[in-house]
Amino acid sequence: MATTTTPFDLKKLHRARSARFGDPEPVDPTPEPQFTVEDMNFFYGDFHALHDLNLKLPQMRVTGLIGPSGCGKSTFLRTLNRMYETVPKTRVTGKILLDDTDVSDFSPTLLRRRVGMVFQKPSPFPKSIFDNIAYGLKVNNLCRHKDLKNRVAECLQRAALWDEVKDKLHESAFSLSGGQQQRLCIARALAVEPEVLLLDEPCSALDPIATAKIEDLIFDLRRSCTIIIVTHNMLQAARISDYVGFFLQGKLIEFDAAKKMFQFPSNKLTEDYITGRFG
Amino acid sequence: MSKSYPPTYKKVINIFMLSLTGLAALLVVSVLLFILGYLIWNGARSLNLNFFTKLPVPVGEEGGGMANAIVGSAKLLLLASLIGIPIGLLGGVYLAEFGKGPFSFAVRYTTDLLNGVPSIVIGIFVYTLVVLPQHHFSTFAGGVALGIMMIPIALRSTDEFLRAVPNTLREGGLALGASKAQTVLTVIIPAAMQGIVTGIMLNLARVAGETAPLLFTAFGNQFWSQGWNGPSASLPVVIFNYAISPYEDWHRQAWAAGFVLLTGIFLTNIVARLLVSRGRSRAGH
Amino acid sequence: MASTATTPPPMMGAKDAPVKLSLMARLKKGDEVAYLVTFASALSIILITCLLVQHLWVDSAIARHTFGWKFLWTSTWDPVNDQFGAKPFIYGTVLTALLALLMAVPVGFGAAIFLAELAPRKVSNILTFMIELLAAVPSVIYGLLGIFVMLPLLRDYVVPVLQKIFGFLPIFQGEFYGVSYFSASCVLAIMIVPFIVSISREVLLAVPQAQREAMMALGATKWDVTWKSVVPYAQRGMIGSIFLALARALGETMAVTMVIGNVPQIKASLLAPGYTIAAVIANEFTEATGDLYINALIELALVLFAVTMIINALARLLMLGMKSQEAAR
Repeated sequence: MATTTTPFDLKKLHRARSARFGDPEPVDPTPEPQFTVEDMNFFYGDFHALHDLNLKLPQMRVTGLIGPSGCGKSTFLRTLNRMYETVPKTRVTGKILLDDTDVSDFSPTLLRRRVGMVFQKPSPFPKSIFDNIAYGLKVNNLCRHKDLKNRVAECLQRAALWDEVKDKLHESAFSLSGGQQQRLCIARALAVEPEVLLLDEPCSALDPIATAKIEDLIFDLRRSCTIIIVTHNMLQAARISDYVGFFLQGKLIEFDAAKKMFQFPSNKLTEDYITGRFG
Repeated sequence: MSKSYPPTYKKVINIFMLSLTGLAALLVVSVLLFILGYLIWNGARSLNLNFFTKLPVPVGEEGGGMANAIVGSAKLLLLASLIGIPIGLLGGVYLAEFGKGPFSFAVRYTTDLLNGVPSIVIGIFVYTLVVLPQHHFSTFAGGVALGIMMIPIALRSTDEFLRAVPNTLREGGLALGASKAQTVLTVIIPAAMQGIVTGIMLNLARVAGETAPLLFTAFGNQFWSQGWNGPSASLPVVIFNYAISPYEDWHRQAWAAGFVLLTGIFLTNIVARLLVSRGRSRAGH
Repeated sequence: MASTATTPPPMMGAKDAPVKLSLMARLKKGDEVAYLVTFASALSIILITCLLVQHLWVDSAIARHTFGWKFLWTSTWDPVNDQFGAKPFIYGTVLTALLALLMAVPVGFGAAIFLAELAPRKVSNILTFMIELLAAVPSVIYGLLGIFVMLPLLRDYVVPVLQKIFGFLPIFQGEFYGVSYFSASCVLAIMIVPFIVSISREVLLAVPQAQREAMMALGATKWDVTWKSVVPYAQRGMIGSIFLALARALGETMAVTMVIGNVPQIKASLLAPGYTIAAVIANEFTEATGDLYINALIELALVLFAVTMIINALARLLMLGMKSQEAAR
């Protein structure tokens, strides 16, 4: 085990975080796994994109997935809710278990209700703000018509967007700024009350202020659902993650608690990436 | 070297050829203006209330009109839309959302093929398909002929407009637990709706002026056509018949009818294109 | 800056949800139904087209068996004596179409070049819009204008001049009564010009700017740049537009039948009346008596269908070739 430390001062980051939010509640140090991945391989046609992945993603925690571009972290994320099935010629071998059930045993629509996803580019539907949030509820028949307004309001509050849009719920979603649109997409995903929220580089198309707002949001959501976030921004991963997985060229190099990974990484490759020797 | 470059003869040719092309463009546009002008001049002054409300009367008598032809055309277009739009739209949805592989290629190729078939051949086809077994001409047959003509355009335009909708919207819908059908119906088609509607409008405008396919299907009728089972008058066929007749009064009516028909077609075209350009400038995505 | 989100209770409920949808629920979700319905629609187009070919083939059987391939080069069209030959109509169809192309292509290309390369963008867009409106004018209205405007114009002004200058040529000899191959070609030319213009214009606009800049940097005149650099690049597409216009001209019915004279004869002079396949079908079909007569007309429709299909296929091959040529660059 390497004893070198990285330039990351997690203590300082966490002190800053506590100053803003107060100390987080004590956390059960041994969470149950939400996803269990066993010997998973992924292919785009003939291209072997993910190699022999074995990991357990913990429940009710924020797990960050980091790694250089093209290392497969987004591909991996999409296997968790079977979104890769929209692309032809893709193939998965091995097992991915959500709790105890194999992901491929699910009906895709039911799986995606439990495992929600927010994409890199904010893409609200060309409908009103209200209809965007209500969409998931309507399409899955989750809510009676008279409760719809309240549910939509709840979701917007949870996504910290309510105050900004409460007076223009029926305006087009495109009247919002990029950051607001992304928070709208998060609120939209939360509307169906998923257990897991997959975030695929949600802030990469946003400015720093919008990014900060979304990180706050993720931090607030951490105890109410499992969050798995792909990010190319290491500082972001350090700020918000409880656990971190480092991917490189389709392989999982290291998976550990963020505290440990960023300060005492076990693998030389991880250390090189974190200290900026490549990436 | 004090020669000017390019050499003078090249400059002369340049100006000459460029003016020629300008003339060509001018020629083409002036034809349009001439057609429009002549029709307005000749047609509008022959229009009167009788035209829209009365039936044709025997030659020599006053006060005839084309009410039955107008209604006939309307009925034919209605039936054509009921046949052509659903098949074209749903087929377009298949190609854009579900299809892949050789079957899709076959559908696209066949659609282009059908689109290129001369309208009179379609008329013959529907004659053998509908009129012969029924032993009479009918509005129904005419509607079927026009409907078949509408299908390829409806399909191609739906296909194109659906494929223009960004994929991120499809993924967004699926990720929320919507099925593919739900996503297409509630997100993708509404997103493409403006384009689809303008496509339908242009389609209708084109088919409204078609004469040849009606010659042996709806045929023609001097009186009102009840229901769908009898022959029916239609504006384009009446224009044709009146124009080739020897009667001055009928020629006058043909101009009036031509004016009405062309006005309808032009207005539909202009509105449709305005919609498209307004939609494009409003697009925030 | 504290966030305004409330800390929510842990997410509940979804965990107990079933893993698979019941059959009823799956049907409601609609994927299977949607696939079936849309697939059926797509299939119906193939079915309709096959049915079309089958009907044309079967319902022309009598004529095909009676005349065989001779049908295509027999000149007699004599319904009274049950003698049917397609040659006058094929001649008329091809002649009018080619003549129309001869007149329409230079004008169409010229206008397209002007609109794509020379006119300022706004002017180009407006003019293009107007030209596309021309494409929307129905055939019967072209015929109306043909009879009452073009024929007198030709008879009183154009043809006398033509005969004075070119009267020694056999194609311009003979009495001119108005209806003729020549008149039909003129009307057809006007009808197909908008297609040539709009397709060629699009193809020219798609030529990458780099092509023009390379020549302009050498000091070439605008015309040189256009003619020697842009047009050659776009030539496949422009030729494709010719084929598409040709296919249209071959199938045109109403305007042609109103101005061509409807006489099944083959004469050297363009000023003589003639006939085309589409025109004879339009004129004689409803009055045709006897199975052989009707079958002969349907066989003509079959010939027309085959010819337009081939030309359209050639046009598409050309345009496809243009796309892959661009991709290769």
